[in-house]
Amino acid sequence: METDELIVNMGPVHPSTHGVLRFRLRMDGEIIKECTPVLGYLHRGTEKLGEMKTYLQFIPYTDRLDYVSAFPYNYAFVKAVEELAGIEVPLRAEYIRVITMELNRIVNHLVSIGSLLMDLGASTMMLWGFRERENALQLFEKLCGARMTFNYIKPGGVREDIPEGFIPQLNEFLKDMEKRIEDYEQLINSNEIFLMRMKNIGVISAEEAINYGMTGPTLRGSGVNYDLRKYEPYSIYRDLDFRACVRNEGDSYARYLVRIDEMKESLHILRQVVDTMPEAKIVSSAKYGIAPMTGAPSAVSTYFPRIFAPPAGEVYSRIEAPKGELGFYIISDGTTKPYRVKIRSPSFCNLTAIPKMVQGLKIPDLIAAFGTIDVVLGDVDR
Amino acid sequence: MGMIANAYELIIYILEFFGVYGPIKNIFQVLGIEFVLKIIIVLVEVGILFVFVLLTVMFLTWMERKVVAMVQARYGPMVTGPRGLLQPVMDGVKLIGKEDIIPEKADRWIFTLAPFIVFIPALLVFIPIPFGQSLIISDLRVGLLYIIAISAVSPVAILLAGWASNNKYSLMGAMRAVAQDISYTIPLALAAIAIVLFTGSLSTVDIVNAQSGTWFGIIPKWFIFLQPLGFILFLIASIAEMGRIPFDFQESESELVAGFFTEYSGMKFAMFFLAEYAHLFAVSGIVVTLFLGGWSFPILPFVPPMLVPLVSLGVFLVKTYAVIFFAMWLRDTVPRMRIDQLLNLGWKIMVPLALLNLLLAGFLITVWGAF
Repeated sequence: METDELIVNMGPVHPSTHGVLRFRLRMDGEIIKECTPVLGYLHRGTEKLGEMKTYLQFIPYTDRLDYVSAFPYNYAFVKAVEELAGIEVPLRAEYIRVITMELNRIVNHLVSIGSLLMDLGASTMMLWGFRERENALQLFEKLCGARMTFNYIKPGGVREDIPEGFIPQLNEFLKDMEKRIEDYEQLINSNEIFLMRMKNIGVISAEEAINYGMTGPTLRGSGVNYDLRKYEPYSIYRDLDFRACVRNEGDSYARYLVRIDEMKESLHILRQVVDTMPEAKIVSSAKYGIAPMTGAPSAVSTYFPRIFAPPAGEVYSRIEAPKGELGFYIISDGTTKPYRVKIRSPSFCNLTAIPKMVQGLKIPDLIAAFGTIDVVLGDVDR
Repeated sequence: MGMIANAYELIIYILEFFGVYGPIKNIFQVLGIEFVLKIIIVLVEVGILFVFVLLTVMFLTWMERKVVAMVQARYGPMVTGPRGLLQPVMDGVKLIGKEDIIPEKADRWIFTLAPFIVFIPALLVFIPIPFGQSLIISDLRVGLLYIIAISAVSPVAILLAGWASNNKYSLMGAMRAVAQDISYTIPLALAAIAIVLFTGSLSTVDIVNAQSGTWFGIIPKWFIFLQPLGFILFLIASIAEMGRIPFDFQESESELVAGFFTEYSGMKFAMFFLAEYAHLFAVSGIVVTLFLGGWSFPILPFVPPMLVPLVSLGVFLVKTYAVIFFAMWLRDTVPRMRIDQLLNLGWKIMVPLALLNLLLAGFLITVWGAF
């Protein structure tokens, strides 16, 4: 029997494309013959904006790239600027940065797993994930007054020292989270339907994953032991005891398990960081001075010069963001504004593998595979 | 009381009890239009059923939200009325106020007709369900067959809705729904036939009566104990037929937007919604009737005869809501399957198991008979 091919447009307004992504699907019945992601619906010209704004003005824009996990984006940009200008960062500031980034990794994975399960039709995990995420967001709020767009990490340190009562609340969160992850595993891992939907779906081999430039949990799910925190240690990760979580199967289930494991590792890291936190309350680089702001509640509030111009040069600096390798390539011409800012965003590179992953599968598998790629559209369309 | 077979006779009994049936009947007899009285009584009982089902559906939408909220550590509706009980009313008002959109390219006639074709069988299926002793609209001799046949009408309507919408998502949702319904009606019917083997009758009242009484004075004679496998198969098949998670392909919102009712809005949308919950209630009632003893309960013989219809109605509702709660609980716990996995499960696992169950039932009856 001859059948017509059907072109289905999934998105840009579709419940499970996590924002405004559009898939153009060439379907034979329920089988996907060809899948083409169509991007650009959330393009805000962030890279171009980088050329228009001063270094300090651009930091808030990095918050809005991946709005689910903004701290690593703050950090990645600031790290590049610090490398460009050769700024030393006090140890306590690095500790605080790692706390924020690892907390944000947990938040990111909660949202990722939650929305994956939501797409599969189990809404409970989404709500449970958001319940714990709320606790983390309250910690962020306590830290810097914002819940999602922080603008907290600054060249040379962080904006303010951690407030009183932050560490006890963090400890409580860590204790609570441990039990919650067990709950998640009980709810999801042993669920036969979940396994049926996830195993051997969206398989991508290690070689293909590397060729597509995939990074982060999506790459480690294919058995490649590549974690920038280990491979090219930055900040204080060299001194911390943790492992890169790797699974060999390369399917959706493996990628999901990597995320669960990473949450546990992040808890482990956070516990170490809290225990070994330096006492000296210096959170900003000496080069840019610690000038107490008049009338400020905290004596260690930092002051950054309004005119900040790193020397001419270029730098590429990368970190392990929750979604994968995040790099900022900055060219400076010695003025207060960067000559060029290029963002190597993990979501964009990981997304390119989707057409390969779902070839010959069905629409529900596209949902399951796409959910484990974990993209945020703000990060895809810079 | 034992003489009263259905709701029609029960209404007459109540009228007689208050001494008004005779005079009313006389009036109609004098006028020579006795059949009008019959029609009026039938309309009254159907009206009571209709109102009851609609109220139940409204309650179920509230209950579903509350159960989901309970599982997901939140409150659910709380603002409208005590603990949000009036939320369904507000939803209804909202839906009535919505613009009724018919897409330009849609087949107007079929598009308008489809919601009714979905909704009417969802009501008709209640006719042979015994809500309690003598609380049944009509004890059809082919009750069970009737239920299965009426349930098979809804996929046709869903296909009509999907086709008439002229929307790819709708059509795919509708095709899935039909494939699913057809493959699950078979294990459903096979599991039900095993019960018929025990009772020797398709009448729902006979099936319930066969389950009254106890073994050894403690275990109620419910078919779930004779037919545990059949019960599980029937339950899975009915959840699949209802199209609820993990089998909600007809509307799997993350894949097909809203499936076959993507293009519907306003009251037409509400009709699908009402039909879905009416169906949930009906199917749960059927599960209770077939496997959980219907309205029968070991304490019923000790209840004063006057109160038996009321108490048995209570027993039936408690059991039905237990099944409904299970379905809601399931929905909050498990993800959705994939359509081919669902069909595999239906044809390769459920149908053979249902046949095996039938064999076991036949074997059991033969051995039982030998004693």
